[in-house]
Amino acid sequence: MAYRLIGKDFLPPDVVAKVTGRAKYAEDFRVDGMLHAKLLTSPLPHARVTSIDASRALRIPGVVAILTADEVPQEPAGNPILTNEPTFVGAPVLAVAAIDELTAAEAVDAITVVWEPLPFSFDPLASLSPSGVTARSDGNVGGVGVEVKTVTWEAGDFAGGDARLPSGKMGESWQFGDLDGGFANAKLVLEESFVTASMPHHTMETRSALAYWRNGKCFVHGSSQSHTFIIPRLARYIGVEPENLVFIGEFCGGGFGSKGGAYPLMALPAHLAKKTGRPVMMRISRAEEYFLGSGRHGFQGKLKIGFAADGRITALDVRLIQDQGGVIGATDYRSAGEGLAVVYQPLAMRWSGLPVFTNTPPCGPMRGPGQNQMAAAIEPLIDKAARQLGIDRVAIRAVNAPAVQSTFGPKSEPMSSCYLKEALDKGAKAFGWEARALRSGQRRGSKVIGIGVGQAFHSAGFNGFDGLLRITPDGKLHVHSGVGNLGTYSYAGTSRVAAELLNYAWDRVVIEHGDSRRALPWNSVQAGSNTTFTEARTNYVAAMDIRRKLLAIAAKDLGGAPDDYDLGAEQVVAKADPAKVLTFAQAARRAVQLGGAFSGQDLPSDIHAITRQAATAIAGTGLIGVAKDNLPKNGLVPGFCAAFVEIELDVETGQVTILDHLASCDVGIVVHPQSIDTQIKGGSLMGIGMARFERRVYDPRIGLPANVGLTQAKPPSWLDGAASSVAATVDAPEMQNPMGVKGVGEPPTGATAAAVLCAISDAMGGHLFNRVPVAIDMIINALAHQAPPHRPLQVHTV
Amino acid sequence: MAPSFEFYQPTRLGDAFALLERFGKDGWKLAGGHDSLSWFKERTKRPRAVIDLRGIGGLDGVRERADGLEIGAMTTLVAIERNPLIRSRFRLLSEAAGAVASPQIRNSGTIGGNIAQHARCWYFRSGQSCFRAGGRECFADYPESINREHALFDAGRCVAVNPSDIAPVLAVLDAQMVIQSAKGERIVGSDAFFVGPRTDITSLNCLKPEEILTAIRLPGSSANAAFYFEKVADRQVWDFPLVNVAAALVIEEGVIRRAAIACGAVAATPKRLAAAEAAIIGLPPGEDAAKRAAAAAVQGANPLTYNGYKVPLVANLVMRAVREARTQ
Repeated sequence: MAYRLIGKDFLPPDVVAKVTGRAKYAEDFRVDGMLHAKLLTSPLPHARVTSIDASRALRIPGVVAILTADEVPQEPAGNPILTNEPTFVGAPVLAVAAIDELTAAEAVDAITVVWEPLPFSFDPLASLSPSGVTARSDGNVGGVGVEVKTVTWEAGDFAGGDARLPSGKMGESWQFGDLDGGFANAKLVLEESFVTASMPHHTMETRSALAYWRNGKCFVHGSSQSHTFIIPRLARYIGVEPENLVFIGEFCGGGFGSKGGAYPLMALPAHLAKKTGRPVMMRISRAEEYFLGSGRHGFQGKLKIGFAADGRITALDVRLIQDQGGVIGATDYRSAGEGLAVVYQPLAMRWSGLPVFTNTPPCGPMRGPGQNQMAAAIEPLIDKAARQLGIDRVAIRAVNAPAVQSTFGPKSEPMSSCYLKEALDKGAKAFGWEARALRSGQRRGSKVIGIGVGQAFHSAGFNGFDGLLRITPDGKLHVHSGVGNLGTYSYAGTSRVAAELLNYAWDRVVIEHGDSRRALPWNSVQAGSNTTFTEARTNYVAAMDIRRKLLAIAAKDLGGAPDDYDLGAEQVVAKADPAKVLTFAQAARRAVQLGGAFSGQDLPSDIHAITRQAATAIAGTGLIGVAKDNLPKNGLVPGFCAAFVEIELDVETGQVTILDHLASCDVGIVVHPQSIDTQIKGGSLMGIGMARFERRVYDPRIGLPANVGLTQAKPPSWLDGAASSVAATVDAPEMQNPMGVKGVGEPPTGATAAAVLCAISDAMGGHLFNRVPVAIDMIINALAHQAPPHRPLQVHTV
Repeated sequence: MAPSFEFYQPTRLGDAFALLERFGKDGWKLAGGHDSLSWFKERTKRPRAVIDLRGIGGLDGVRERADGLEIGAMTTLVAIERNPLIRSRFRLLSEAAGAVASPQIRNSGTIGGNIAQHARCWYFRSGQSCFRAGGRECFADYPESINREHALFDAGRCVAVNPSDIAPVLAVLDAQMVIQSAKGERIVGSDAFFVGPRTDITSLNCLKPEEILTAIRLPGSSANAAFYFEKVADRQVWDFPLVNVAAALVIEEGVIRRAAIACGAVAATPKRLAAAEAAIIGLPPGEDAAKRAAAAAVQGANPLTYNGYKVPLVANLVMRAVREARTQ
């Protein structure tokens, strides 16, 4: 399949603004009369606000208003806009609006809050124990679709010792196949408990927001991965009808999942603006971002895996306790189970999980939520089995990998393109796996070579959203993209689908995005590695609609039937007579005259209200293509990555140097080579941080967070990455997408984290750590045969 | 959001002294600004007046003296890393300067600021009322405290460490600090410049509010020994040391005649390891001497809950320093 645009590099329209600094993010905007907001946040991990005395603050010249939790909507157990019962240090309790930021900050200092300190908990397992503390006054367990309640396990459940996940009853579970038989017939059974650390998203752009009200409409400049998808929820947080919410967010300085959906804090300036009658800017500091900016859920878990002699997984039993943080977060523990079923295709499997609150900041989806923690936890155990069974480590993965049309899980759900085996094979060849594996454990001075392979999965496409295109009377094609711009340029990559299908010159395309007033259709959340698949489909159906209308107008005006025409360069051409043409500009003018469906006056009945509003706003201004994605989709679109690393581990200092890295990804047809290269390499670098450095740490006595700030929280630097990193792709089309494309964003993170952890084990002569990250102090202690200072399943510790 | 402060940019040392006299404890000396701005932004330190030393002439650069080199305290770390005189005589200082933080920070961070920076103990930095902040407890020294980065040696009531990568190098080179004030000049050795909690629990050095560190002198007698510097941190860049080591060995006729070895980030001062130094005098350099030094280095180490890994790390770094120390 040879495309004109798809698969070719291009310069996305917002690149120049970004590299020259002209791009305006939320906090760069200024509005006449604008006030500045500052937050008063909780200094305690769990407390009740007894009283607030703001009288002194309100007397400071320039202070205009304060806003308390009583004045904003409350989400039960959800992430609060403002709260009177903070469940984590840094929870926003009130906000001050003043004429400038310094005055607002000084006003915050002048407010006296009387706190009633409440018991706090940092450890889900401790919270479940008979003497446990519940992190929220309404319970210690709760989640998406899980009622908030208190769950206490019995003392006997903890009898297995502190290295073993207790055997208490989980809240949810599913199962398929003959689990007992699978373990009974296995050649090898591994049973190990593990911990994966919660870690912050630390996006470069903090979640600042500006809001103002004009003529009943609320205008919000915010930092968001997604655009139209967040409007209904954000409108609810603000208390405005979605059609009266104008959202402006042309750029996003990183989200990694934390800005996928609407988040409550973004509504705060709108509430303050309503109260004061003035625009309000809320800048979020770097320190605040560590409390309000979300994080990856940590797990305490147990895996029991049965292997046949050839490495095939006969049975898999996984128990996952998810650290929720202080409010209801995401569903990582569920997607972790799904990921295991997809990647390892166990013949029998049981998953069970329980989300438990702790008095730590909110968590939400982070690049491969669930699947990537799971990859980091299980992949070193797959290596352990390979060693004990005498099987090559790539081979044991290939023998379990799904194939095209494989199914997964308790309902045997279908999947489409599964090229994990091919990714492993292509990656192993390109990396020189066989030759390198011979170097495992080789010593050069104080340095030992370690080789690792890891793999990960994430779903890579949704469906059911809308496409909206317009050809204006000047002949220009406008692609209306409501998906958002989180930084991968996939909004532009998928806009090229419309240009490709309409045989239109890319440099003439206008992408309408970043501002509700540009008439943006209902598009998917820009998260979950799904934009490429999902918006390729919406732009496909809209392009088909506009193509049908172009041919119909040509037939109407030039005679014959629509099928007698085809699309040329910005014109409709009669197949039989190339001289018989209707330009796009002429067609657009005719569409305006004809009205009805041609110019957006009549709209399909199945499109979303937001698309209807957008299409109505541009109705009569040209030829409109608009449609809901009703293309067939049956089952999961999976994306995979197999990553390979070679490391050097210094046995005297514990230092790990990543020499070479290669990530081989199953991504369907590549849309934009430069973008996919940065997605794979950037995602991989995040995996290195996950494997080596990043975790949230708390003092268990006083409840303070130890690592807030980029210096302490240690995201990986470029120098912590591999000296050489290669991104490779399996170029096999995804069959549920008309262009053959699907997503890439998330699996490289989990696969690379897993590969690095496996390489560390390889260098150290076997599996030593059931923890993520494996930090340098853990390596030094192990090399010196010193016991680690933490209990095996302790969390939020170093 | 940093609180407001008055900002002074004197161009003469005398004017700076006058400002320091005037504001006393409410004045704040600003060099590269990296330590200072983090204090201000967190609103933990709220000086009334900030006195910017960057406009004062003559405080930077590397000068030859009859008895060695003099380095202006405002010399940037990148300038020290690249200076040919330092590279040819005191290679380990240029290596240590190149290991500090990140290239961006080294471009503006100064050697004086680096050695005078305050402790990075996270409890102290977060504004807890600890001994070092004038309070009545050490938050990092309870059994459950998170003290992975804290002290192994000489802790007293405070277990914070000196986080400098330069300080242990100055300790092994027997550097001298030139300190000036309106009252005149005093010169103190590195052993007296850096102070532990038993001397002053609120400061990591002997500078008084009215004094300015103006220069650092490296004696010629320390030049071109067999040197070693290494830093171990979590990340390859932009990180404080978990432990670093600096060594200067004088080897004559095949045996170690003089040895100076120090580790950083293990005590409130750069820790000269006298027992390790003594253990190798008279021995030929090599594996045996290295092992003896390593064993002696950790004598007296008193690990906390989470920093026990520093014991083998100190031993191994000292072993490596003795084994790998080389002249230019």
